[in-house]
Amino acid sequence: MATTHGIDTGGRAPALEARGLTVHYGQKRAVHDVSLVVPTNQVVALIGPSGCGKSTLLRCFNRMNDLIPSARITGEALFRGQDLYDDAVDPVEVRRRIGMVFQKPNPFPKSIYDNTAFGPRIQGVDGDLDSIVERALRSAALWDEVSDRLRDSALTLSGGQQQRLCIARTLAVQPEILLMDEPASALDPIATQRIEELIYRLKRDYTIVIVTHNMQQAARVSDYTAFLYMGELVEYGPTDTLFTNPAEERTEAYVTGRFG
Amino acid sequence: MTPDTPRRHFHDELDRLQDSLLEMAGIAERIVALAAEGVLTRDRTVSRKVIAEDDRVDELEVSIDELAVELLALQQPMARDLRLIIATLKVSNDLERAGDHGVNMARAAKRLAKLPPLPDLPEVAEMADMARGMLSDAMACFVARDTTRAREICLRDDRVDNLRESLFRILVTHMLEDPRRISPALELLLITQNLERIADLATNIAEDVVFLVEGRTIKHNVQDSDSEDEVAGEA
Repeated sequence: MATTHGIDTGGRAPALEARGLTVHYGQKRAVHDVSLVVPTNQVVALIGPSGCGKSTLLRCFNRMNDLIPSARITGEALFRGQDLYDDAVDPVEVRRRIGMVFQKPNPFPKSIYDNTAFGPRIQGVDGDLDSIVERALRSAALWDEVSDRLRDSALTLSGGQQQRLCIARTLAVQPEILLMDEPASALDPIATQRIEELIYRLKRDYTIVIVTHNMQQAARVSDYTAFLYMGELVEYGPTDTLFTNPAEERTEAYVTGRFG
Repeated sequence: MTPDTPRRHFHDELDRLQDSLLEMAGIAERIVALAAEGVLTRDRTVSRKVIAEDDRVDELEVSIDELAVELLALQQPMARDLRLIIATLKVSNDLERAGDHGVNMARAAKRLAKLPPLPDLPEVAEMADMARGMLSDAMACFVARDTTRAREICLRDDRVDNLRESLFRILVTHMLEDPRRISPALELLLITQNLERIADLATNIAEDVVFLVEGRTIKHNVQDSDSEDEVAGEA
């Protein structure tokens, strides 16, 4: 069993929760019996070596694994206490309320404005689209850099700006939770710092789960960190505890680079 | 550590850091022992030796500081590696201070040797033994990562404090009885102050061992139990 230190959910139902979650891809078991809670308005980082199951676990929380035919999921993934895999749950609605930002910025080959307005338009939002776009771009700390060229193609932006545009596109549909899969791994250090600063500011309004290969990044941005190894949750607790005084020998070995 | 661990170079550097600290500790212990010897045998020649040894302690402190800052900045250490660097910085600071107290004692010993001797004071020898023993045991705990013995060292500090209080009363009595004893008594008072500080520094090192091994700060609890003892003692 994993060592779980004090996770303070502030007396509220956790934003997300995994209960005995197991994921298979065909015969291969990618995630094994993981249980953890994600408190509201906190940042949780998932760390571990390549292939440890951290991205798979992240994808369970907005049903991205549904898109992989061989994926089989047992156990529960709960969003505010409701099972995300219940038959009555619409995966499209899940993905609106639980947004995802990917490793590589993937803007559509459209204007900055149209990228940001994409989600609200699909949902048939007929309100003030301009103000929705502005609010999303401001939240993603991109507005000041693009407000005078909203009609330019998103592909003219730098990599870091494109990633913030993707975050703005996710925020435009007003999700409650942001899942981020290595959001800064394709970016240079300055763009990475901007994303990290953005994560810190977004925490006020959103709950964030971030997968990262970069341990220092996990240490900088997250409140809680979960260490996964070979599909299992080894240790989960406050980030400062996990990086200064982990309880599990495997966590210690990984964070100090003594693995292998 | 196997040669193929991903951070081998860094861990070699950590070993180098700890080796410097242990060299520093060896010299600091020697300084305290020499200085105490000088006081007890009225040997006025120790101060020169002690000062020379202390120069090396100062050098090592600077090189430990530099390497620690470099490793923190360049390697972003985590968990026990981080704690080792932090503990090493603190312990090296304590050892440097202990060395300085040894120098103060050696200088006092030199002056004391020129003054008329006081009647025998076995408490001084006992106090010197205890302070020296605490310092060397604290470093042994650091090497062995032994928190059980480290906690015991913290408790020994009370005995040293009690000895200093006794000596204070004895020395004041000497001064009141005979004005010719004022100068040597003042020198001895200074020496007991230095010994008491060395024992405090050894206690700090023992506390840092607990931090190093368990990631836990025990300073506050120790202070709490100390103050409880005092209250109980006064009642």
